[in-house]
Amino acid sequence: MIRFVLGRLVKAVVILVAVLVLNFTLIHAAPGDPAAVMAGEAGATDEKFLEDLRRQFGLDQPFHVQLWIYIKGAVQLDLGYSYRRGMPVAELIWDRLPATLLLTATAFVISIVFGVIAGVAAAARQGRWGDTIISTLALLFYATPLFWVALMAALLFSVVLGWLPGFGYETVGANYTGLARALDIGRHLILPATTLGLFFTAVYVRMTRASMLEVSRLDFVKTARAKGLKPGVIQRRHILRNALLPVITLAGLQAGQLVGGAVLTETVFAWPGIGRLMFEAIAQRDYNVLLGVFFVSAAMVLLFNLITDLVYVIVDPRIRMTE
Amino acid sequence: MKKALCSVAISAVMATTAAAIAQEAGGRLNLVIQPEPPGLMLGLLQNGPTQMVAGDIYESLLRYDTDLNPQPSLAHAWEMSEDGLTYTFHLHEGVKWHDGEDFTAHDVVFSVDVFLRETHPRLRASLVHVVEALDDHTVVFTLVQPFGPFLGIFETGTMPMIPRHIYEGTEFANHPMNATPIGTGPFKFNEWRQGSFIHLVRNEDYYLDGKPYLDEVFYHVIPDAASRAVAYETGVVDVLHGGSVEYFDIDRIMALPDTCITDAGWEYFGPHSWLWLNNHEGPMADVNARKAVMHALDREFARDALWAGRGELATGPISSSTRFYDPDTPSIDYDPDLAREYLAKSSYDGETLRLLPLPYGETWQRWAEAARQNLQEVGFNVDLVATDVAGWNQRVSDWEFDLAFTFLYQYGDPALGVSRTYVESNIAKGSPWNNVAGYRNPEVDELWMAAAISPSADERQALYSEIQARIVEDVPVAWLIELGFPTIYRCTVNDLVTTAIGINDGLRDAWLAP
Repeated sequence: MIRFVLGRLVKAVVILVAVLVLNFTLIHAAPGDPAAVMAGEAGATDEKFLEDLRRQFGLDQPFHVQLWIYIKGAVQLDLGYSYRRGMPVAELIWDRLPATLLLTATAFVISIVFGVIAGVAAAARQGRWGDTIISTLALLFYATPLFWVALMAALLFSVVLGWLPGFGYETVGANYTGLARALDIGRHLILPATTLGLFFTAVYVRMTRASMLEVSRLDFVKTARAKGLKPGVIQRRHILRNALLPVITLAGLQAGQLVGGAVLTETVFAWPGIGRLMFEAIAQRDYNVLLGVFFVSAAMVLLFNLITDLVYVIVDPRIRMTE
Repeated sequence: MKKALCSVAISAVMATTAAAIAQEAGGRLNLVIQPEPPGLMLGLLQNGPTQMVAGDIYESLLRYDTDLNPQPSLAHAWEMSEDGLTYTFHLHEGVKWHDGEDFTAHDVVFSVDVFLRETHPRLRASLVHVVEALDDHTVVFTLVQPFGPFLGIFETGTMPMIPRHIYEGTEFANHPMNATPIGTGPFKFNEWRQGSFIHLVRNEDYYLDGKPYLDEVFYHVIPDAASRAVAYETGVVDVLHGGSVEYFDIDRIMALPDTCITDAGWEYFGPHSWLWLNNHEGPMADVNARKAVMHALDREFARDALWAGRGELATGPISSSTRFYDPDTPSIDYDPDLAREYLAKSSYDGETLRLLPLPYGETWQRWAEAARQNLQEVGFNVDLVATDVAGWNQRVSDWEFDLAFTFLYQYGDPALGVSRTYVESNIAKGSPWNNVAGYRNPEVDELWMAAAISPSADERQALYSEIQARIVEDVPVAWLIELGFPTIYRCTVNDLVTTAIGINDGLRDAWLAP
C-alpha cells in the first residue's frame, strides 16, 4: 500500500513538472504580454513605459531563462509574484481558496447526495412516471448551459422574489461576526452552489440509474432474489454497492475540479474565488497567477486520482494495488 | 385670485428647491468597479478603474467643470504671464496628506518634476522647463515654449499629487505603500478585499468645510455585466458608471422607480470611436477605398440600435465636447451609393479585409457585425478576426489588420488627445494609442505644431478648423461615434456628476437625500 502510494507520488511530481513546462510554453505563445495589457489599459504608452514594465516583470529575459527561473521556484513551492496585483501568487491563491472550496465542496456534496438518491429512485421505478420525471429533469439540467441557469436563478430568486442575495460572498459593509457571518455567507452560498451542483447532479443521476439497471440484470442479483432476500436489501447491498464504481470514477473527476472548475459560476455570482482569479489572469496575461492556479489545479487532479484509486479498493475488494 | 394662486405655486416650488439644496451629511454610497483595478497608486497606473477609485483619494491642482473651465482644487488661484510661458499657482493652506503630514508646494515640485516625469507616458515630453516652489504655498511653472492647453493638464488622473515624504528617493514601482495609497483627497483608503470590494472612508480633516458629505464609499467588484444590472435592481449598488451595464439593458433599468441617468461627466475624456484603416499597406492605403468604407457605415443605425441612442455621430477627428471643435467639415454621412462609386474608383480588387472588433463586450461585438454587413453591402469582402484584449493590443500595435475598432480619450484639447493619432512623428509599432493608421501629411503636421504652441485661442481655433477640414478630406480613419457613457444612479444621490470627469472625482460633492 505504502509502496503503491509512494510510486504514484513520484510519478505525480514528474507529471506536474511536465504540466508546468507545457503551460508555461502555451501561455507565452499567446499574443500580447502583461506589460502590453497594462500599457493598453493606460490609454497611452511609449517604448520606455513598456520597457520599464517588461524589465520589472522579468520579461526582458530570454524564454528559457524565464522558464528555468519559474520551474526552479515552483519546485521549491515558490509560485512567484504577480506584478499586476502587487502580491505573491501563493498569497493570492491562498486568499481565494476558502471561497472556492466552500462553493465547490458544497456543490460536490449536493450533487453526489441528490444525484445518487435520485438515480437509485429512478432505477427502482424503471419505465414508470417517477423514472420519467427524474430522467427528464436530469436531461434538462445536463443540457442547459450553466451560466444561463445561473442568471435565471439570480433573476428569479433575487430580483423577482427577493428571497436570496443574487451575487457576492457576504453582505458588504455589514460587518457580521461569528454565527451571523456564517449564516450570511450561507445565504449567499445557496444560489451559486445549487447552480453549480445542478449539472453534476444530473450527471450522477444518469450514471447511477444506468449503472443500477445494468447491475440488476447480473446473475448474482438473481441469486440474491432466489435466496428470498428483501428487495430493499438487494438494492442496497447487492446492486448499489456494485453500481457505485463508475460513480466514484466520476466523483474523482469532479473532485479534481474543486479548485478551478467554477469559473462561470464564480463570474456570474461575483464569488471571489480561484476560478475568477484564473479567468482574469488569462485576460490580463498575468502569467505567474495563471501558472500558479494551473499548478494547484493539476496537483489537486493528481491527488484526487490517487484518492479515487484507493477508494476503489475499499469499495470493491476484487481490485488490487499493483505498481 | 388667479395671481394669488400663482404666487402660492411659486413659493411652493422655491420651498422644494431650497430643501433640495441643503446638503445632507452622512450615508454610504455603493458603486460597482469593473474590471478590478491592478492597484490604486494613481501616479503609476492610468487605467479607467484605477482612475475611478483613486480619483477620490488623490487630487490635482485643478478640476474642470463640464464646459472644461478650470476650477479650484488644491490650487485656489492661478495666473498666467503675458507671454504664456509662466504659470503661478497659489495652493490652499492647511491641506494635509491622509497620514497627517502637511501638503506643500514641494510636493507639487516632486510630483511633476520627479515622480510623474519618470512614470507617466503622457507627461514625459518635457514641456515644463522649470517648476519651483516660491514658498510653501506658491508654485511656478516655466515652460520651454507657450503651450495652449497647459491649464488643461491638471486633471487628477493626468497629474495627481504624490506625497514627497513617502516616495522621495525610493523605487516608485515597488514601494510597499503603493498598496495603501496616501493622497489629499476627500476619501481615504480603508480596505480592499480582492475580488469583493474596495472600501473608502470620509477624510475627516479635508480642507473644505463640511465636505465630503458621504461617510463611506464601497466599490463592489462584480465581473458580469448582467449581474451588475441585478446588483442595481436589488438595491445593493446605487450607481452604475458609464459602460458598466450592456446598452440593451439600459431601457429596462431606466424603467425602475427613482432611477436617473446622465450623459454628463465625460467631457474631459471625449471618448471618440473610429475604425483604424491601415494606411501603411493593403487595400486601405488607397484613399478612395477609405472613402468607400466611410460612406458605407450606417452609424446612425449603430448609435440607435446598439448604443441605446446615446452619443453623437462624429464629424471628424475632434469630439464636439473637446475645445476647438468645428462642425463645418466635409460630409462623412452614410451613403451606400456614394460608397460604391468610390469603391469602383479605387484599386480594391475583392481582397478579404481583416476587421478587428474591440473585445470590450457584447455591444462592440454586435457593432463589428453590423459594420461588416454595411461593408459587404457596398462590395467589400470582410472577415471578423476574434481576439481578446491582449491579442487586440498586439495586433493593433503591430499593424496586423485592415480595419480595427477603437476609441480614445481626447483630454479636452486637440493638442493633448487628438494630434497624437495623426502626426507622422507618432508612427511607431508597439503602441495601440499612437498614429496606428500610418497617416502622413506634412502640411497638416505643421498646422498641429503651430496650433499647440500658439498662445492665442482665436488663432488656435482658426488652425484647428483648417486641420479638421483637411483631415476629413483624407479619411485616414473612419470616424464613428462620440460615445455616450451614461451614468445611471438613484435619484436620491445628488451632485454626483458635476465635473468634466464625472464620478472619477465627483464624490467630493455628492450627497444623499434622506
